[in-house]
Amino acid sequence: MKLAELQRRMAEDLLRPLDRPLSKGVAEYLKPNDRLTSVERLEIYRRSVWYRLLDSLHEDFPGLRDIVGDRKFTALSEAYLSACPSTSYTMRNLGSKLEGWMRENPARVGRRVEPALDMVRLEWAHIEAFDEAEGKVIGPEDLAEYNPELVLALQPYVRLLDLRYPVDELRIQAKATSPRTGVTRVRKQAVFVAVHRSEGDVYYRRLEPGEFAVLRSLQRGGTLEKVVTRALRSAPMPEELQNSLRSWVAAWAQLGWLCHPVRTTTPPSSARSRGR
Amino acid sequence: MPANRFNGHTDLGVGIGLRIPHYQHIFTHRPVVDWFEIISENFLVDGGRPLAVLDQILERYRVVQHGVSMYFGSTDRLNREHLRRLKALVKRTGTPWLTDHLCWGSVDGRYTHDLLPMPYTFEAARVTARKIREAQDFLEVPIAVENVSSYAEFHMSEMTEWEFLSEVVERADCGILLDVNNIYVSSRNHSFDPYEYLNSVPAERVAQIHIAGHSKFEKYILDTHDHPVIDPVWDLYAHATKRCGNTATLLEWDDHIPSFTEVQAEAMKAERYRLAPAPSDLEVVR
Repeated sequence: MKLAELQRRMAEDLLRPLDRPLSKGVAEYLKPNDRLTSVERLEIYRRSVWYRLLDSLHEDFPGLRDIVGDRKFTALSEAYLSACPSTSYTMRNLGSKLEGWMRENPARVGRRVEPALDMVRLEWAHIEAFDEAEGKVIGPEDLAEYNPELVLALQPYVRLLDLRYPVDELRIQAKATSPRTGVTRVRKQAVFVAVHRSEGDVYYRRLEPGEFAVLRSLQRGGTLEKVVTRALRSAPMPEELQNSLRSWVAAWAQLGWLCHPVRTTTPPSSARSRGR
Repeated sequence: MPANRFNGHTDLGVGIGLRIPHYQHIFTHRPVVDWFEIISENFLVDGGRPLAVLDQILERYRVVQHGVSMYFGSTDRLNREHLRRLKALVKRTGTPWLTDHLCWGSVDGRYTHDLLPMPYTFEAARVTARKIREAQDFLEVPIAVENVSSYAEFHMSEMTEWEFLSEVVERADCGILLDVNNIYVSSRNHSFDPYEYLNSVPAERVAQIHIAGHSKFEKYILDTHDHPVIDPVWDLYAHATKRCGNTATLLEWDDHIPSFTEVQAEAMKAERYRLAPAPSDLEVVR
Protein backbone atom coordinates (compact mmCIF):
# COMPACT_ATOMS: atom_id res chain seq x y z
CA MET A 1 0.00 0.00 0.00
CA LYS A 2 1.29 3.48 -0.84
CA LEU A 3 1.63 6.13 1.86
CA ALA A 4 -1.12 8.33 0.42
CA GLU A 5 -3.61 5.47 0.32
CA LEU A 6 -2.78 4.46 3.90
CA GLN A 7 -3.28 8.00 5.15
CA ARG A 8 -6.61 8.34 3.33
CA ARG A 9 -7.91 5.07 4.74
CA MET A 10 -6.74 5.82 8.25
CA ALA A 11 -8.09 9.39 8.21
CA GLU A 12 -11.45 8.11 7.02
CA ASP A 13 -11.56 5.69 9.94
CA LEU A 14 -10.41 8.30 12.44
CA LEU A 15 -12.97 10.86 11.36
CA ARG A 16 -15.82 8.34 11.53
CA PRO A 17 -18.15 9.60 14.31
CA LEU A 18 -17.61 7.94 17.68
CA ASP A 19 -21.03 6.28 17.75
CA ARG A 20 -20.24 4.31 14.60
CA PRO A 21 -18.11 1.17 14.78
CA LEU A 22 -14.73 1.03 13.11
CA SER A 23 -14.50 -1.25 10.13
CA LYS A 24 -12.67 -4.56 10.26
CA GLY A 25 -10.55 -3.20 7.42
CA VAL A 26 -8.42 -1.51 10.07
CA ALA A 27 -6.68 -4.85 10.61
CA GLU A 28 -5.45 -4.70 7.01
CA TYR A 29 -3.11 -1.83 7.85
CA LEU A 30 -2.69 -1.84 11.64
CA LYS A 31 -1.08 -4.61 13.63
CA PRO A 32 -2.61 -5.96 16.82
CA ASN A 33 -0.34 -6.60 19.80
CA ASP A 34 -0.56 -8.97 22.77
CA ARG A 35 -2.90 -6.56 24.62
CA LEU A 36 -4.96 -4.73 21.99
CA THR A 37 -6.61 -5.56 18.68
CA SER A 38 -5.96 -3.40 15.63
CA VAL A 39 -9.33 -1.72 16.08
CA GLU A 40 -8.66 -1.02 19.77
CA ARG A 41 -5.35 0.57 18.87
CA LEU A 42 -6.95 2.84 16.30
CA GLU A 43 -9.71 3.65 18.76
CA ILE A 44 -7.12 5.34 21.02
CA TYR A 45 -6.40 7.76 18.19
CA ARG A 46 -10.02 8.19 17.14
CA ARG A 47 -11.06 9.23 20.65
CA SER A 48 -8.12 11.59 20.87
CA VAL A 49 -9.00 13.24 17.55
CA TRP A 50 -12.69 13.63 18.31
CA TYR A 51 -12.37 14.73 21.94
CA ARG A 52 -9.83 17.38 20.96
CA LEU A 53 -12.10 18.77 18.23
CA LEU A 54 -15.26 18.61 20.33
CA ASP A 55 -13.51 20.23 23.30
CA SER A 56 -12.41 23.06 21.07
CA LEU A 57 -15.96 23.81 19.86
CA HIS A 58 -17.25 23.38 23.40
CA GLU A 59 -14.82 26.03 24.59
CA ASP A 60 -15.44 28.42 21.69
CA PHE A 61 -19.25 28.37 21.68
CA PRO A 62 -20.54 28.35 25.30
CA GLY A 63 -23.45 30.61 24.38
CA LEU A 64 -24.65 28.33 21.59
CA ARG A 65 -24.40 25.44 24.03
CA ASP A 66 -26.69 27.29 26.40
CA ILE A 67 -29.28 27.96 23.72
CA VAL A 68 -29.50 24.46 22.26
CA GLY A 69 -28.59 22.48 25.39
CA ASP A 70 -25.52 20.33 26.05
CA ARG A 71 -26.73 17.09 24.42
CA LYS A 72 -27.95 18.83 21.29
CA PHE A 73 -24.75 20.82 21.13
CA THR A 74 -22.61 17.68 21.16
CA ALA A 75 -24.74 16.06 18.43
CA LEU A 76 -24.67 19.27 16.41
CA SER A 77 -20.87 19.52 16.78
CA GLU A 78 -20.35 15.94 15.61
CA ALA A 79 -22.58 16.46 12.58
CA TYR A 80 -20.87 19.76 11.75
CA LEU A 81 -17.36 18.32 12.02
CA SER A 82 -18.37 15.37 9.85
CA ALA A 83 -19.76 17.69 7.19
CA CYS A 84 -17.07 20.37 7.50
CA PRO A 85 -13.80 18.80 8.64
CA SER A 86 -11.04 21.19 9.60
CA THR A 87 -9.12 22.56 6.63
CA SER A 88 -6.86 24.83 8.63
CA TYR A 89 -3.58 24.23 10.44
CA THR A 90 -5.13 25.85 13.48
CA MET A 91 -8.08 24.74 15.59
CA ARG A 92 -8.92 28.40 16.08
CA ASN A 93 -10.68 28.28 12.71
CA LEU A 94 -12.70 25.17 13.53
CA GLY A 95 -15.97 27.09 13.91
CA SER A 96 -15.50 29.34 10.87
CA LYS A 97 -18.17 27.54 8.83
CA LEU A 98 -20.56 26.80 11.66
CA GLU A 99 -23.02 29.62 10.93
CA GLY A 100 -23.33 28.64 7.27
CA TRP A 101 -23.71 24.98 8.10
CA MET A 102 -26.41 25.75 10.70
CA ARG A 103 -28.34 27.80 8.13
CA GLU A 104 -28.29 24.81 5.78
CA ASN A 105 -29.13 22.33 8.55
CA PRO A 106 -31.70 24.04 10.83
CA ALA A 107 -33.10 20.68 11.95
CA ARG A 108 -29.78 19.97 13.68
CA VAL A 109 -30.15 23.15 15.72
CA GLY A 110 -33.54 22.39 17.24
CA ARG A 111 -36.38 24.80 17.95
CA ARG A 112 -34.37 27.97 18.64
CA VAL A 113 -32.74 28.41 15.26
CA GLU A 114 -32.84 32.22 15.10
CA PRO A 115 -31.26 32.96 18.49
CA ALA A 116 -28.79 30.13 17.88
CA LEU A 117 -27.72 31.74 14.60
CA ASP A 118 -27.33 35.11 16.28
CA MET A 119 -25.25 33.51 19.01
CA VAL A 120 -22.94 31.70 16.64
CA ARG A 121 -22.35 34.96 14.76
CA LEU A 122 -21.52 36.70 18.03
CA GLU A 123 -19.20 33.92 19.19
CA TRP A 124 -17.33 33.79 15.90
CA ALA A 125 -16.96 37.58 16.01
CA HIS A 126 -15.57 37.14 19.53
CA ILE A 127 -12.88 34.78 18.24
CA GLU A 128 -11.94 37.16 15.44
CA ALA A 129 -11.92 40.25 17.67
CA PHE A 130 -9.49 38.52 20.04
CA ASP A 131 -6.54 38.32 17.68
CA GLU A 132 -7.26 40.36 14.56
CA ALA A 133 -4.76 43.04 13.53
CA GLU A 134 -4.67 46.52 15.00
CA GLY A 135 -4.10 49.54 12.79
CA LYS A 136 -2.30 52.71 13.76
CA VAL A 137 -4.69 54.49 16.10
CA ILE A 138 -6.24 57.86 15.33
CA GLY A 139 -6.86 59.16 18.83
CA PRO A 140 -8.76 62.15 20.27
CA GLU A 141 -5.65 64.34 19.91
CA ASP A 142 -5.57 63.65 16.16
CA LEU A 143 -9.15 64.84 15.87
CA ALA A 144 -8.74 68.01 17.94
CA GLU A 145 -8.81 70.05 14.76
CA TYR A 146 -11.09 69.10 11.87
CA ASN A 147 -9.06 67.84 8.95
CA PRO A 148 -11.26 67.22 5.90
CA GLU A 149 -8.46 65.24 4.22
CA LEU A 150 -7.97 62.75 7.06
CA VAL A 151 -8.85 59.23 5.91
CA LEU A 152 -10.34 57.13 8.66
CA ALA A 153 -10.90 53.40 9.00
CA LEU A 154 -12.36 51.13 11.64
CA GLN A 155 -9.93 48.91 13.52
CA PRO A 156 -9.87 45.47 11.83
CA TYR A 157 -10.58 43.80 15.16
CA VAL A 158 -13.95 45.54 15.56
CA ARG A 159 -16.87 43.37 14.40
CA LEU A 160 -20.34 44.87 13.86
CA LEU A 161 -23.44 42.74 14.31
CA ASP A 162 -27.13 43.42 13.79
CA LEU A 163 -28.86 40.82 15.93
CA ARG A 164 -32.49 39.84 16.29
CA TYR A 165 -31.96 38.63 19.84
CA PRO A 166 -29.92 40.20 22.68
CA VAL A 167 -27.55 37.26 22.76
CA ASP A 168 -24.67 39.47 23.93
CA GLU A 169 -26.20 39.48 27.43
CA LEU A 170 -26.71 35.74 27.26
CA ARG A 171 -23.12 35.14 26.23
CA ILE A 172 -21.82 37.13 29.19
CA GLN A 173 -24.00 35.07 31.51
CA ALA A 174 -22.95 31.84 29.82
CA LYS A 175 -19.31 32.62 30.39
CA ALA A 176 -19.89 33.69 33.97
CA THR A 177 -21.88 30.66 35.04
CA SER A 178 -20.40 27.88 32.91
CA PRO A 179 -20.93 24.95 33.07
CA ARG A 180 -24.71 24.87 32.70
CA THR A 181 -26.92 22.01 31.77
CA GLY A 182 -30.31 23.59 31.02
CA VAL A 183 -31.55 25.23 27.85
CA THR A 184 -31.64 29.02 28.06
CA ARG A 185 -34.50 31.00 26.54
CA VAL A 186 -34.10 34.47 25.11
CA ARG A 187 -36.74 36.98 24.06
CA LYS A 188 -36.69 38.56 20.65
CA GLN A 189 -35.33 42.12 20.65
CA ALA A 190 -33.26 43.62 17.83
CA VAL A 191 -29.93 44.99 18.98
CA PHE A 192 -26.80 46.35 17.32
CA VAL A 193 -23.53 45.26 18.86
CA ALA A 194 -19.85 46.01 18.31
CA VAL A 195 -17.52 43.20 19.36
CA HIS A 196 -14.15 44.74 20.12
CA ARG A 197 -11.15 44.39 22.36
CA SER A 198 -9.36 46.50 24.87
CA GLU A 199 -6.03 45.58 26.46
CA GLY A 200 -6.36 42.03 25.18
CA ASP A 201 -9.89 41.35 26.44
CA VAL A 202 -12.95 41.12 24.20
CA TYR A 203 -16.01 43.28 25.00
CA TYR A 204 -19.48 43.83 23.56
CA ARG A 205 -20.81 47.35 23.16
CA ARG A 206 -24.41 48.12 22.25
CA LEU A 207 -24.82 50.63 19.44
CA GLU A 208 -27.62 52.91 18.35
CA PRO A 209 -28.97 52.12 14.85
CA GLY A 210 -27.49 55.32 13.39
CA GLU A 211 -24.16 54.66 15.07
CA PHE A 212 -24.15 51.17 13.59
CA ALA A 213 -24.80 52.56 10.10
CA VAL A 214 -21.92 55.04 10.33
CA LEU A 215 -19.53 52.40 11.68
CA ARG A 216 -20.51 50.06 8.84
CA SER A 217 -19.62 52.80 6.43
CA LEU A 218 -16.40 53.47 8.33
CA GLN A 219 -15.36 49.85 7.75
CA ARG A 220 -15.00 50.77 4.07
CA GLY A 221 -12.81 53.73 5.01
CA GLY A 222 -12.78 57.33 3.82
CA THR A 223 -12.87 60.89 5.05
CA LEU A 224 -15.42 61.60 7.75
CA GLU A 225 -17.63 63.42 5.27
CA LYS A 226 -17.55 60.51 2.85
CA VAL A 227 -18.24 58.01 5.61
CA VAL A 228 -21.26 59.93 6.87
CA THR A 229 -22.65 60.60 3.39
CA ARG A 230 -22.42 56.92 2.57
CA ALA A 231 -24.09 55.98 5.85
CA LEU A 232 -26.95 58.39 5.25
CA ARG A 233 -27.54 56.88 1.82
CA SER A 234 -27.92 53.41 3.26
CA ALA A 235 -29.78 54.35 6.43
CA PRO A 236 -31.44 57.77 6.58
CA MET A 237 -31.22 59.13 10.10
CA PRO A 238 -33.36 61.66 11.92
CA GLU A 239 -31.65 64.98 12.45
CA GLU A 240 -31.26 64.47 16.19
CA LEU A 241 -29.25 61.32 15.53
CA GLN A 242 -27.06 63.14 13.06
CA ASN A 243 -26.34 65.52 15.91
CA SER A 244 -24.98 62.56 17.89
CA LEU A 245 -22.19 62.14 15.39
CA ARG A 246 -19.75 64.32 17.28
CA SER A 247 -20.17 62.34 20.51
CA TRP A 248 -19.98 59.02 18.66
CA VAL A 249 -16.73 59.93 16.94
CA ALA A 250 -15.30 61.14 20.26
CA ALA A 251 -16.25 57.85 21.92
CA TRP A 252 -14.78 55.75 19.08
CA ALA A 253 -11.55 57.74 19.23
CA GLN A 254 -11.43 57.23 22.99
CA LEU A 255 -11.89 53.48 22.53
CA GLY A 256 -9.11 53.37 19.92
CA TRP A 257 -11.50 52.15 17.21
CA LEU A 258 -10.41 54.71 14.64
CA CYS A 259 -7.27 53.99 12.69
CA HIS A 260 -5.44 54.72 9.51
CA PRO A 261 -6.45 52.31 6.72
CA VAL A 262 -4.91 48.86 7.12
CA ARG A 263 -4.05 46.70 4.15
CA THR A 264 -4.97 43.13 5.01
CA THR A 265 -3.88 40.48 2.56
CA THR A 266 -4.60 37.33 4.53
CA PRO A 267 -7.51 35.99 6.51
CA PRO A 268 -7.05 36.15 10.28
CA SER A 269 -5.84 32.99 11.90
CA SER A 270 -4.58 31.80 15.20
CA ALA A 271 -4.64 28.69 17.31
CA ARG A 272 -5.09 27.23 20.63
CA SER A 273 -2.77 24.32 20.26
CA ARG A 274 -1.34 22.27 22.98
CA GLY A 275 2.22 21.12 23.20
CA ARG A 276 2.81 17.45 22.65
CA MET B 1 27.52 18.12 21.29
CA PRO B 2 25.25 20.56 23.15
CA ALA B 3 25.87 23.33 20.65
CA ASN B 4 25.64 22.14 17.07
CA ARG B 5 24.44 23.31 13.70
CA PHE B 6 21.02 21.80 14.37
CA ASN B 7 20.34 24.14 17.29
CA GLY B 8 21.99 27.19 15.79
CA HIS B 9 25.21 26.58 17.76
CA THR B 10 23.51 27.65 20.96
CA ASP B 11 24.13 26.17 24.36
CA LEU B 12 20.85 26.56 26.22
CA GLY B 13 20.17 24.83 29.51
CA VAL B 14 16.84 23.73 30.94
CA GLY B 15 13.72 25.44 29.64
CA ILE B 16 10.01 25.45 30.41
CA GLY B 17 6.98 25.41 28.11
CA LEU B 18 5.27 28.81 28.13
CA ARG B 19 1.66 28.26 29.19
CA ILE B 20 -1.21 30.73 29.81
CA PRO B 21 -1.81 29.84 33.50
CA HIS B 22 1.76 30.94 34.25
CA TYR B 23 1.69 34.34 32.55
CA GLN B 24 0.80 36.28 35.68
CA HIS B 25 3.51 34.59 37.75
CA ILE B 26 6.13 35.21 35.08
CA PHE B 27 5.30 38.90 34.66
CA THR B 28 4.99 39.50 38.39
CA HIS B 29 7.96 37.53 39.69
CA ARG B 30 10.24 37.49 36.63
CA PRO B 31 11.67 34.08 37.51
CA VAL B 32 15.08 33.06 36.25
CA VAL B 33 14.45 30.67 33.35
CA ASP B 34 17.06 29.76 30.80
CA TRP B 35 14.54 29.73 27.95
CA PHE B 36 10.88 29.25 27.12
CA GLU B 37 9.47 27.00 24.45
CA ILE B 38 6.35 28.36 22.75
CA ILE B 39 3.82 26.51 20.64
CA SER B 40 4.24 28.33 17.35
CA GLU B 41 0.64 27.94 16.22
CA ASN B 42 -0.60 29.82 19.29
CA PHE B 43 1.16 32.94 18.02
CA LEU B 44 0.48 32.83 14.27
CA VAL B 45 -1.96 35.69 14.63
CA ASP B 46 -2.21 39.27 13.46
CA GLY B 47 -2.63 40.99 16.82
CA GLY B 48 -4.16 40.97 20.27
CA ARG B 49 -3.01 39.49 23.51
CA PRO B 50 -1.01 36.52 22.17
CA LEU B 51 1.51 38.78 20.41
CA ALA B 52 1.52 41.36 23.22
CA VAL B 53 2.40 38.63 25.71
CA LEU B 54 5.03 37.17 23.42
CA ASP B 55 6.71 40.55 22.98
CA GLN B 56 6.83 41.01 26.74
CA ILE B 57 8.41 37.57 27.14
CA LEU B 58 10.93 38.31 24.40
CA GLU B 59 12.08 41.44 26.22
CA ARG B 60 13.41 39.25 29.01
CA TYR B 61 13.78 35.64 27.86
CA ARG B 62 15.07 33.48 25.05
CA VAL B 63 12.34 31.68 23.14
CA VAL B 64 12.42 28.54 21.00
CA GLN B 65 9.51 27.67 18.71
CA HIS B 66 7.85 24.27 18.78
CA GLY B 67 5.15 23.47 16.24
CA VAL B 68 2.30 20.98 16.22
CA SER B 69 0.85 21.02 12.73
CA MET B 70 3.48 21.05 10.02
CA TYR B 71 2.81 17.34 9.48
CA PHE B 72 6.02 16.60 7.62
CA GLY B 73 4.86 12.99 7.19
CA SER B 74 1.61 13.83 5.39
CA THR B 75 1.61 13.33 1.65
CA ASP B 76 -0.13 16.73 1.37
CA ARG B 77 2.07 19.60 0.29
CA LEU B 78 3.28 22.05 2.92
CA ASN B 79 0.68 24.71 3.68
CA ARG B 80 2.15 27.94 2.25
CA GLU B 81 0.07 30.23 4.45
CA HIS B 82 1.21 28.31 7.51
CA LEU B 83 4.83 28.60 6.39
CA ARG B 84 4.53 32.30 5.65
CA ARG B 85 3.18 33.01 9.09
CA LEU B 86 5.78 30.78 10.70
CA LYS B 87 8.52 32.70 8.97
CA ALA B 88 7.16 35.99 10.29
CA LEU B 89 7.12 34.49 13.77
CA VAL B 90 10.67 33.20 13.39
CA LYS B 91 11.75 36.75 12.61
CA ARG B 92 9.88 38.05 15.64
CA THR B 93 11.23 35.52 18.14
CA GLY B 94 14.71 35.02 16.76
CA THR B 95 14.34 31.34 17.56
CA PRO B 96 17.74 29.69 17.02
CA TRP B 97 16.07 26.52 15.77
CA LEU B 98 12.53 25.34 15.18
CA THR B 99 10.94 22.01 15.97
CA ASP B 100 7.89 20.01 14.93
CA HIS B 101 6.91 16.38 14.98
CA LEU B 102 7.89 13.38 12.92
CA CYS B 103 4.30 12.43 12.16
CA TRP B 104 1.40 13.03 9.84
CA GLY B 105 -2.01 14.55 10.61
CA SER B 106 -3.67 15.87 7.47
CA VAL B 107 -4.78 14.30 4.24
CA ASP B 108 -6.25 15.95 1.12
CA GLY B 109 -6.37 19.25 3.00
CA ARG B 110 -8.35 17.87 5.94
CA TYR B 111 -6.68 18.28 9.34
CA THR B 112 -7.13 15.82 12.21
CA HIS B 113 -5.17 18.04 14.64
CA ASP B 114 -3.47 14.96 16.04
CA LEU B 115 0.07 13.59 15.82
CA LEU B 116 -0.46 10.38 13.89
CA PRO B 117 2.22 7.68 13.65
CA MET B 118 4.23 7.07 10.52
CA PRO B 119 4.58 3.76 8.77
CA TYR B 120 8.33 3.12 8.84
CA THR B 121 8.90 2.73 5.11
CA PHE B 122 11.49 4.11 2.72
CA GLU B 123 8.76 5.87 0.75
CA ALA B 124 7.56 7.63 3.93
CA ALA B 125 11.14 8.59 4.79
CA ARG B 126 11.61 10.12 1.33
CA VAL B 127 8.35 12.09 1.45
CA THR B 128 9.00 13.33 4.97
CA ALA B 129 12.63 14.31 4.37
CA ARG B 130 11.71 16.24 1.22
CA LYS B 131 9.14 18.29 3.10
CA ILE B 132 11.51 19.02 5.97
CA ARG B 133 14.11 20.26 3.48
CA GLU B 134 11.51 22.47 1.78
CA ALA B 135 10.42 23.95 5.09
CA GLN B 136 14.00 24.47 6.21
CA ASP B 137 14.87 26.25 2.97
CA PHE B 138 11.86 28.51 3.23
CA LEU B 139 12.14 29.31 6.93
CA GLU B 140 15.91 29.76 6.88
CA VAL B 141 16.32 28.33 10.37
CA PRO B 142 17.51 24.86 11.44
CA ILE B 143 14.67 22.37 11.92
CA ALA B 144 14.67 19.49 14.38
CA VAL B 145 12.00 16.78 14.30
CA GLU B 146 10.54 15.16 17.38
CA ASN B 147 9.88 11.45 17.76
CA VAL B 148 6.22 11.07 18.80
CA SER B 149 4.73 8.59 21.25
CA SER B 150 2.62 6.01 19.46
CA TYR B 151 -0.09 3.46 20.12
CA ALA B 152 -0.18 1.66 16.78
CA GLU B 153 2.12 -0.14 14.35
CA PHE B 154 1.68 -0.73 10.64
CA HIS B 155 1.98 -3.98 8.70
CA MET B 156 3.80 -2.13 5.95
CA SER B 157 6.69 -0.90 8.12
CA GLU B 158 10.08 -1.93 6.79
CA MET B 159 12.28 -0.83 9.70
CA THR B 160 12.25 0.08 13.38
CA GLU B 161 11.21 3.52 14.58
CA TRP B 162 14.80 4.50 15.41
CA GLU B 163 15.99 3.36 11.99
CA PHE B 164 13.22 5.43 10.42
CA LEU B 165 14.15 8.49 12.49
CA SER B 166 17.79 8.16 11.40
CA GLU B 167 16.79 7.63 7.78
CA VAL B 168 14.64 10.77 7.75
CA VAL B 169 17.09 13.10 9.50
CA GLU B 170 20.02 11.94 7.36
CA ARG B 171 18.02 12.43 4.14
CA ALA B 172 16.72 15.83 5.30
CA ASP B 173 19.98 16.80 6.95
CA CYS B 174 18.05 18.11 9.93
CA GLY B 175 18.23 17.84 13.70
CA ILE B 176 16.40 15.72 16.23
CA LEU B 177 14.24 16.82 19.13
CA LEU B 178 14.68 13.72 21.21
CA ASP B 179 11.67 13.14 23.45
CA VAL B 180 12.79 10.58 26.00
CA ASN B 181 9.33 10.30 27.51
CA ASN B 182 7.92 9.46 24.09
CA ILE B 183 10.57 6.78 23.67
CA TYR B 184 9.57 5.33 27.03
CA VAL B 185 5.82 5.44 26.22
CA SER B 186 6.29 3.81 22.81
CA SER B 187 8.69 1.20 24.20
CA ARG B 188 6.02 0.08 26.66
CA ASN B 189 3.26 0.12 24.05
CA HIS B 190 5.29 -1.76 21.46
CA SER B 191 7.55 -3.86 23.71
CA PHE B 192 10.97 -2.68 22.59
CA ASP B 193 14.09 -1.76 24.53
CA PRO B 194 14.23 2.05 24.93
CA TYR B 195 18.00 1.91 25.41
CA GLU B 196 18.43 0.23 22.05
CA TYR B 197 16.49 3.17 20.59
CA LEU B 198 18.65 5.74 22.40
CA ASN B 199 21.88 4.01 21.43
CA SER B 200 20.88 4.00 17.78
CA VAL B 201 19.97 7.67 17.44
CA PRO B 202 22.61 9.78 15.65
CA ALA B 203 23.66 11.71 18.75
CA GLU B 204 25.44 14.41 16.78
CA ARG B 205 22.07 15.50 15.35
CA VAL B 206 20.26 15.93 18.67
CA ALA B 207 19.39 19.60 18.98
CA GLN B 208 17.08 19.44 21.97
CA ILE B 209 15.56 16.99 24.47
CA HIS B 210 11.99 16.82 25.79
CA ILE B 211 11.00 15.32 29.11
CA ALA B 212 7.43 14.89 30.38
CA GLY B 213 5.04 12.82 32.43
CA HIS B 214 2.44 10.36 31.15
CA SER B 215 -0.54 8.27 32.26
CA LYS B 216 -0.58 4.52 32.66
CA PHE B 217 -3.67 2.56 31.70
CA GLU B 218 -4.35 -1.15 31.96
CA LYS B 219 -3.25 -2.06 28.44
CA TYR B 220 -1.22 0.92 27.28
CA ILE B 221 0.52 4.11 28.32
CA LEU B 222 -0.75 7.49 27.12
CA ASP B 223 1.44 10.54 26.60
CA THR B 224 -0.63 13.04 28.60
CA HIS B 225 1.93 15.58 29.89
CA ASP B 226 -0.04 15.89 33.11
CA HIS B 227 2.26 14.27 35.68
CA PRO B 228 5.79 14.64 37.00
CA VAL B 229 8.50 12.76 35.14
CA ILE B 230 8.89 9.19 36.41
CA ASP B 231 12.25 7.70 37.41
CA PRO B 232 12.64 5.36 34.40
CA VAL B 233 12.27 8.41 32.14
CA TRP B 234 14.88 10.31 34.17
CA ASP B 235 17.17 7.29 33.75
CA LEU B 236 16.66 7.49 29.99
CA TYR B 237 17.37 11.20 30.15
CA ALA B 238 20.63 10.54 32.00
CA HIS B 239 21.60 8.01 29.34
CA ALA B 240 20.69 10.41 26.52
CA THR B 241 22.77 13.12 28.17
CA LYS B 242 25.76 10.78 28.36
CA ARG B 243 25.42 10.09 24.63
CA CYS B 244 24.58 13.59 23.42
CA GLY B 245 26.14 15.87 26.03
CA ASN B 246 24.31 18.56 27.98
CA THR B 247 21.66 19.34 25.41
CA ALA B 248 18.97 22.04 25.65
CA THR B 249 16.21 20.35 27.63
CA LEU B 250 12.57 21.19 28.06
CA LEU B 251 9.91 19.93 30.45
CA GLU B 252 6.44 19.70 28.92
CA TRP B 253 3.39 20.03 31.17
CA ASP B 254 0.16 20.65 29.28
CA ASP B 255 -2.75 19.35 31.32
CA HIS B 256 -3.69 19.80 34.99
CA ILE B 257 -0.92 22.38 34.97
CA PRO B 258 0.38 23.06 38.50
CA SER B 259 1.89 26.34 39.70
CA PHE B 260 4.84 27.79 37.86
CA THR B 261 7.05 27.09 40.89
CA GLU B 262 6.11 23.42 40.80
CA VAL B 263 6.74 23.09 37.08
CA GLN B 264 10.04 24.90 37.41
CA ALA B 265 11.12 22.64 40.29
CA GLU B 266 10.31 19.57 38.20
CA ALA B 267 12.25 20.94 35.24
CA MET B 268 15.26 21.76 37.38
CA LYS B 269 15.52 18.12 38.44
CA ALA B 270 17.12 17.71 35.02
CA GLU B 271 20.20 19.47 36.40
CA ARG B 272 20.92 16.38 38.55
CA TYR B 273 21.35 14.30 35.45
CA ARG B 274 23.35 16.74 33.41
CA LEU B 275 27.07 16.25 33.20
CA ALA B 276 29.54 18.33 35.17
CA PRO B 277 31.47 20.61 32.82
CA ALA B 278 34.70 19.12 31.52
CA PRO B 279 37.93 20.76 32.80
CA SER B 280 38.59 22.13 29.34
CA ASP B 281 35.19 23.88 29.41
CA LEU B 282 36.07 25.41 32.77
CA GLU B 283 39.27 26.76 31.29
CA VAL B 284 37.23 28.48 28.62
CA VAL B 285 34.86 29.94 31.22
CA ARG B 286 37.79 31.41 33.19
